[in-house]
Amino acid sequence: MEYISLFVKSIFVDNMIFAYFLGMCSYLAVSKNVKTANGLGLAVIFVLACTLPLNYLLNTYVLKPGALAWLGPKFAEVDLSFLSFIIFIAVIAAFTQLVEMIVEKFLPSLYSSLGIYLPLIAVNCAILGGSLFMQQRDFVNVGESAVYALGSGLGWYLAIVALAAIREKMSYSNVPAGLKGIGITFITVGLMGIAFMAFMGIAL
Amino acid sequence: MGKMKDTVLKPIFKGNPITVLVLGICSSLAVTVELKGALVMALSVTIVTGLSSLVCSLIRKTIPNRVRIIIQLVVVALMVILVDQFLKAFEATYAIDKQLSVYIGLIITNCMVMGRIEAFALGNKPVPSLLDGLANGLGYGMILVIVAFVRELLGSGTLFGYPVLSALGYVNNGLVILPPMALIILGCIIWVHRSIDKDLQEK
Repeated sequence: MEYISLFVKSIFVDNMIFAYFLGMCSYLAVSKNVKTANGLGLAVIFVLACTLPLNYLLNTYVLKPGALAWLGPKFAEVDLSFLSFIIFIAVIAAFTQLVEMIVEKFLPSLYSSLGIYLPLIAVNCAILGGSLFMQQRDFVNVGESAVYALGSGLGWYLAIVALAAIREKMSYSNVPAGLKGIGITFITVGLMGIAFMAFMGIAL
Repeated sequence: MGKMKDTVLKPIFKGNPITVLVLGICSSLAVTVELKGALVMALSVTIVTGLSSLVCSLIRKTIPNRVRIIIQLVVVALMVILVDQFLKAFEATYAIDKQLSVYIGLIITNCMVMGRIEAFALGNKPVPSLLDGLANGLGYGMILVIVAFVRELLGSGTLFGYPVLSALGYVNNGLVILPPMALIILGCIIWVHRSIDKDLQEK
């Protein structure tokens, strides 16, 4: 039951885009049409769901204060948490590079539709942000962190596909010259964010 | 000399990283509820961008092309760790570091930092790269401070925590504090900027 509520919460209430502005750059740049948005969104879900549990394990057994206690009593006092930024980003960058190579080699059709977005994802704030939030929230076990990762990835996917659909329609409307393109997109995202805030009242 | 001046001035107005290039929005908007946080964030980003551009420019000839993204990320992450530890070290800044929470760490994936390294530092000498990094950081910080100014003034009626509008009997507008308003304010800034500078308008 807790898993379900965490899942729903991370999709709607704590939405990566509308509540925390994470992954904004690629969100705005790659939302011009639904097809590419779909590809990037799926890639984000996949990378987030794989790297976040990995970083959770690293955080629990290596980085957290006292995490190295399993090596022996001498290591119980060691606190490596200042290294967490560099470790997390290294895991994410290495993982995306690895996935890119594997997909390129074994699934060429998937690579042509998804592969180009993989390098972009290494610098997507939503991925690193997910890991940093995981560190802050102290999840009890790997399962919880995996559910959180899936949920927030799905939330990001929903947001980018919705925006891409709106932008496709918007190209037919008459927008003031200065607002055309990125300006009106910002305002659209703001209005979508206000709509998403309706979920905040839900207690889970 | 004229080229140097251009390197410094262009990112602040004509090629502003936020309003024109739309880079680095991710970690920035959430910290614009108050001026103090925005100012610290702006300074941190300026320092990180400047220093990592400098370092990447110094080692640009030794970086193999295939793994350059990872190397750039490591350099940027190092700078961010330095800034983060520095903020944690002093009592006055510790509270701000706590308030900015994950967003200091997210400077690593700030597209602007990576963008400047990719677009400028890898092809230029160290000193112009440092200047370019610092100037982009300033252009970015300027927008951050403008948004934070509007949000703090209208949202809580204060500036830097001192009552300004609230002393005049202003009723706080809670909506401005919420995340979506940051986007709408930014949209309006872009509108103003592009109405003044018509070259930037999209067709």
